[in-house]
Amino acid sequence: MNAPTSMGMAGRFGGAFGRVLQRRGSSSAPSLDLTHNIILYVEGVTVSFDGFRALNDLSLYVAPGELRCIIGPNGAGKTTMMDVITGKTRPDTGSVWFGQTLDLLTLGEPEIAQAGIGRKFQKPTVFSEHSVFENLELAMAGDKSVWKMLFARLTPEQLTRIDEVLETIGLKDHRSARAGSLSHGQKQWLEIGMLLMQDPALLLVDEPVAGMTPQETERTAELLTSLAGKHSVVVVEHDMNFVRSIARTVTVLHQGSVLAEGSIDEVQNDPKVIEVYLGEPRC
Amino acid sequence: MSAAAEPAAPRPAFKPAPPTPYQVMMREDRPSGVFLTVLAIVTLLVPILHLAVPEGHVLHLSGYTVTLIGKYMCYALLAVAVDLIWGYCGILSLGHTAFFALGGYAMGMYLMRQIGTRGVYGDPVLPDFMVFLNWKELPWFWHGMDVFPFAMLMVLFAPGLLAGVFGWLAFRSRVTGVYLSIITQALTYALLLAFFRNEMGFGGNNGLTDFKDLLGFDLKHPETRIVLFMATAVALGAGYFTCRAIVRSRFGRVVQAIRDAESRARFIGYRVENYKLWLFTFSAMLAGVAGALYVPQVGIINPGEFAPINSIEVVIWVAVGGRGTLYGAVVGAIMVNYAKTVMTDALPDAWLYVLGALFVVVTLFLPRGVVGLLPDLKHKIQTLRQRRARASST
Repeated sequence: MNAPTSMGMAGRFGGAFGRVLQRRGSSSAPSLDLTHNIILYVEGVTVSFDGFRALNDLSLYVAPGELRCIIGPNGAGKTTMMDVITGKTRPDTGSVWFGQTLDLLTLGEPEIAQAGIGRKFQKPTVFSEHSVFENLELAMAGDKSVWKMLFARLTPEQLTRIDEVLETIGLKDHRSARAGSLSHGQKQWLEIGMLLMQDPALLLVDEPVAGMTPQETERTAELLTSLAGKHSVVVVEHDMNFVRSIARTVTVLHQGSVLAEGSIDEVQNDPKVIEVYLGEPRC
Repeated sequence: MSAAAEPAAPRPAFKPAPPTPYQVMMREDRPSGVFLTVLAIVTLLVPILHLAVPEGHVLHLSGYTVTLIGKYMCYALLAVAVDLIWGYCGILSLGHTAFFALGGYAMGMYLMRQIGTRGVYGDPVLPDFMVFLNWKELPWFWHGMDVFPFAMLMVLFAPGLLAGVFGWLAFRSRVTGVYLSIITQALTYALLLAFFRNEMGFGGNNGLTDFKDLLGFDLKHPETRIVLFMATAVALGAGYFTCRAIVRSRFGRVVQAIRDAESRARFIGYRVENYKLWLFTFSAMLAGVAGALYVPQVGIINPGEFAPINSIEVVIWVAVGGRGTLYGAVVGAIMVNYAKTVMTDALPDAWLYVLGALFVVVTLFLPRGVVGLLPDLKHKIQTLRQRRARASST
C-alpha cells in the first residue's frame, strides 16, 4: 500500500481529509485547520431581505464528523443559512468560518465548494442532459480550472471511484441513462452521489427525503449515518420520523435564530419548541 | 513489490487492425464524419472544376460560383462559432458579426496597405481615404498592418480582446439570458455607429475596398481565388474539428452543465465565469477568422457588417440548422444563404419576410432544426409502428 500519508488532524478523518488537505496544499488557498475541533462557525449572522429578517443573530457550531439535523417551521431561515454558508447570500452582519482559518464570507461559491463544502439542494438539481456517469464525473473532486478540464482524462482510480458511488446510490444499471429521465427519488440519489464524488469535509443536505418512498428514505438515512464520522453532515429536514431515525443533535430554528439545541428527546420536550413548532399542525 | 514472473498471456492468433480515427469518427459521430468528408471532396473538386475544366463546358465552375461557395463557407464558420456558445453554453450572442467584422477590418487594413502607389492618389503610405480627408500621417493603429503575419495576429487579437474585455465584465457580473443578448446587440450597434465616423480612421461609410493583391498575388486571378477558397475550406474544417474536440472534452461537458444548471455548476466548484469567458473569446476569434477570409473574397468591408440584423441572421441560420450540434450550424448557414441568394435575385423585397417566417416556423415546429428532422421522423415512425403492432396483437 502506498496510500497518501495524511498529516496532523486530517488523520482522524481518514482519506477524505487527507485528500482535501493535499489539494489545498498544492494551491495558494489556506488549508482546513481543525485544531479547536470545530469545522463550522456561524456567529451572529443576520440577513435581511427588504426589512424582513430571514436570519436574526444566528449562531451555530458544527464539530468535525458530526451529524446535525436542523428543523424549524417554514420561513425559519434554514435555506437562507445554507445560502450564507455556501456563499450564495452575503449576511449583513456576523461571521462564518470554515475551520480556524477560512473566512467563508470572503469566498465565492466555487471557492467554497473547492475548500470542501458540498451542498444538496431542496429541489433535486442534476445536469439533466448529461448521463448519470457524466454527472458524477463532473462532480468529482480535483482541480476544476479551464485548462485542466480541456485535457482531462479519467484515471483508472477515478473510474473505480465513480463505479463505487454508482453502486452506493443504486444507479449502476442507469450508468448511461440521461439524468433528466430518472425518477424524482433517483435524482435525489444522484445528487447525493454527486456530493460523494465531491468528497467534501462538510455536507449541507437540504430536505434529502422529500418525495422519496419509505424504502428510499430508509436507505438515505443509512447512507447519511454512514457518512457522518468521515464527513460532517448538516441535514435540514421536515420529516420528523426521518430526523428521529438519524439525529444525534438537533437544532431548532425559529424566526432566524436558534430556539433550542440538544438530543431529539430534549428538543421535543422543550416547551418553547412545542409551542412554536411541534404544537402546530404538521405542514 | 517484486515483479513476479507471470506466464505471458497467450497472444491472440489474429489481431484485427485498430480502427483508424476516420472509422472511429464515422461510427461515433457520423454527421461530423460525413460533413468533413464532403468538405474535403468539395475542397479538391472545386479547384479542378474551376481551373482544369475549360470555360463553356457544362461542368465548369465560374469564378462567381467559387467565390459564392467560399462566402458560404465563411458564413458556416461564423455559424459554428455562434453554435459553440449558444448551443453548448446557452450564451445567445446577438452581436457576433461584430467579431466577424473586426477580423474583416484587420484583413482589410492589410489589403489597403498593399495597394501602395496604385491608389487613386498614389500615396505610397496613406490609403486613399486618408489622403482625401487630408490626413498627413498614418494613425497609430495602422502601423504594422502592412506586415502579413502581424495583420493575421490582429485578426485574432482584435476580436479576442473585445470579447475578452466584454465577457469579463458581463460574466463576472453574472449577466445572463436576454440581458446579455441585448447588450451584445448594443455592442455591435455601437461599433456600427463608431465605424461610420470618418474620424475613426477606418474609411467611414465607404469602409475599405479597391483591394489589389494579397501576399503579392493578384486578387482577381483565378488561382488566387482558388487558394483563398481552399484556405477558407481548411479554416472551416479545422475550426469545426477544434470546436468538436472542445465540446467533447470534459471542458465541453462542464460548459453544457453550465448551460443547464449554472448555479449547480458553481456549487460543485466550477468558476462559471472563467469557462464562459474562455469559450466566448475563442468563439469571437473564430468569427474573426471567418471575417478575415470573407473580406478578400467579396472585396470590401464596410460598417454595414456591424448591423444588428446580420447578427440576428446568424442566430437564425443556427436555429434553422439545429443548435447544439455544430454540423447543424453548417447546414443552416449554407441552406439559408443559398435561399437568400436565390430569393434576393427573384423577389428582393420578400426576403426579410421569408427569413422571419422561417424563424417562426423553425421555433414552433422544428425545435431541433433541420438536422433534427430525420432522427425525429425515424423515432415517430418507430413509435407508430410499435403502437400499431401492439394494437394488432391485442
